[in-house]
Amino acid sequence: MSKKVFSDAVSKTAKGLNPFKEIWKNKFLYILALPAVVYVLIFSYLSLPYIAIAFEKFNYRTGILSPFVGLDNFIYFFKSSWAWTVTRNTLVINVLFLVIGTVCSVALAILLSEIKAKKFLKVTQSTMLFPYFISWVIVSYMLQGLLSTDSGLLNNIIEAVNGERINYYSNPNYWYPILLLLNIWKNTGYNAIIYLAAITGMDESIYEAAYIDGASRFKRILYITLPLLIPTVSILTLMAVGRIFYGDFGMFYAIIRDNSSLMPIAEVIDTYVYRTFKNTGNPSLSMAIGLYQSIVGFLLVFTSNWIVKRKFPEGALF
Amino acid sequence: MATAVSIPAKTKPVSNRIKKSTGENIGLFFIYFIVITFALVCIVPFVLVIIVSFTSERSIAVNGYSFFPAEWSISAYRMLFLPSSSVPRAYLVTGIATVAGTAIASVITFGAGYTLASKQCKYRDGLSLYFYITMVFSAGLVPWYMISKAINCYDNIWALIVPSLMFSPFNMFLVRNFVKGIPVEINESARIDGAGEIKIAFSIFLPLCLPVLATIALFYAIGYWNNYFNAVMLINNEDYYSLQMLLFKIQSEITALQNIAAGASHGTPPKESFKMATSIITMGPIILLYPFLQKYFVKGMVVGAVKG
Repeated sequence: MSKKVFSDAVSKTAKGLNPFKEIWKNKFLYILALPAVVYVLIFSYLSLPYIAIAFEKFNYRTGILSPFVGLDNFIYFFKSSWAWTVTRNTLVINVLFLVIGTVCSVALAILLSEIKAKKFLKVTQSTMLFPYFISWVIVSYMLQGLLSTDSGLLNNIIEAVNGERINYYSNPNYWYPILLLLNIWKNTGYNAIIYLAAITGMDESIYEAAYIDGASRFKRILYITLPLLIPTVSILTLMAVGRIFYGDFGMFYAIIRDNSSLMPIAEVIDTYVYRTFKNTGNPSLSMAIGLYQSIVGFLLVFTSNWIVKRKFPEGALF
Repeated sequence: MATAVSIPAKTKPVSNRIKKSTGENIGLFFIYFIVITFALVCIVPFVLVIIVSFTSERSIAVNGYSFFPAEWSISAYRMLFLPSSSVPRAYLVTGIATVAGTAIASVITFGAGYTLASKQCKYRDGLSLYFYITMVFSAGLVPWYMISKAINCYDNIWALIVPSLMFSPFNMFLVRNFVKGIPVEINESARIDGAGEIKIAFSIFLPLCLPVLATIALFYAIGYWNNYFNAVMLINNEDYYSLQMLLFKIQSEITALQNIAAGASHGTPPKESFKMATSIITMGPIILLYPFLQKYFVKGMVVGAVKG
């Protein structure tokens, strides 16, 4: 946000008004907001002191007063090959998801917008939205149903055409496509509906004019729909870029689990922090890695939100 | 002054729709084709899961997963309802967590969003900033875990309700923007009519906010129902496993029930089919409620996305 907003907020809050008088005057309003304030206080602001753990050699007995070791934990992490691996995995996967996911969602939204039959539209929208509401745990079992070496559907078909059964779960090479397809399957319906809403908001008369002038469907899409969609796509993409350092824990933990053959390409920062925490019992290291993610993540989110606010003020949330 | 107007006899309206070219029609065909294919791809995995859940384990062992099982059986479902099965308990736990969590989260979100939008609240910008900061910076997993333990949200039902990252400032900003969109005149005229703050908020604004609230509540509910992260991190006591957690750890459940089930199903106890049956049961409420609720989802997503 701009400096002005920040200083305004601070000055309005600080000067001139006696805080207690103001709160008492509108006590009802502040009471309404109180639960949220307290919740955020506990879980977000009170977690800040814990950051100190990343700079200590944490011991549950000595708690927060454990010996200070400076950047040792960070050095340890960055020296290990995992630092680069999980960072790269997180970024590559997220970029892949973002680019291809957006292309698919926009394409689907455009296709849907060209269909005029209302009932058909409603049914298909519901159908395509459905995978979004299914938990990744269940999806992981569906995937097993497809890819399992002994009983999976895919391998049954392969065997029926006299091929040899493939062990998907031990071969990392298959997994970027598999993860990508899973992500598309689950999220395209949802994103397409958002884009479709944007398209529906577009002015019909431009299309009619183009149609009368003889523009083909393809040309109409290319020269009207796509350019008009750019703001919406940009906003959503920017917000996604802001989160590019965060992997979807739910997805990766449920699908990859503890499969060590797949970890080199599919272990993301979130799952790595979790594993380090649970398995090594060394909170300092996990905290350091988590902090690394939080800081880089913060820079990205803040920057992208700021860009959105600058270029697309209508789209900014704050 | 009326003049006699001759009203023409009712004639069949001439269709003046512009005739589509063949190119357009072929394009439309492909569009329908792609859309239908994708919709089918979205549905087919569920059909497979349902079919496999009704397949006998022997058939799975021999033929693997198939849409046309050699042998049908309901032993997987029978195993689900064995007295020693953890499923009913997990259902109870997850149900309570979802209902309580959704209610609490929705109330909190509405309260904060309303206050943030209210022009009388002088500190609303400061408060917005307060919330916004948490959206861009989060200290991560370790503090979250330690704080949850510290406030006794560990190994009990509260672990599934409170520490969940369900309450998000994002939703609160949605409510705020929505309330901001409501004309100020309503507020003023209500005040002139003598209504107090409480009455204004709950009798007037709450009903008006129903669309965005319904959407938020629905997404919270789905989030709670599908959440397995909280259980994985914060629950060791099997009595408090959520459904998803149970599904996740289903191998141990299967082993525990296997001996009892073996007797009932003439030899091959359900394993794969049990996984699928439990998945179906877990998805149950979502599938059942989906037809009724999905229009709210779509409508709400549009409200949220376009307005926010």
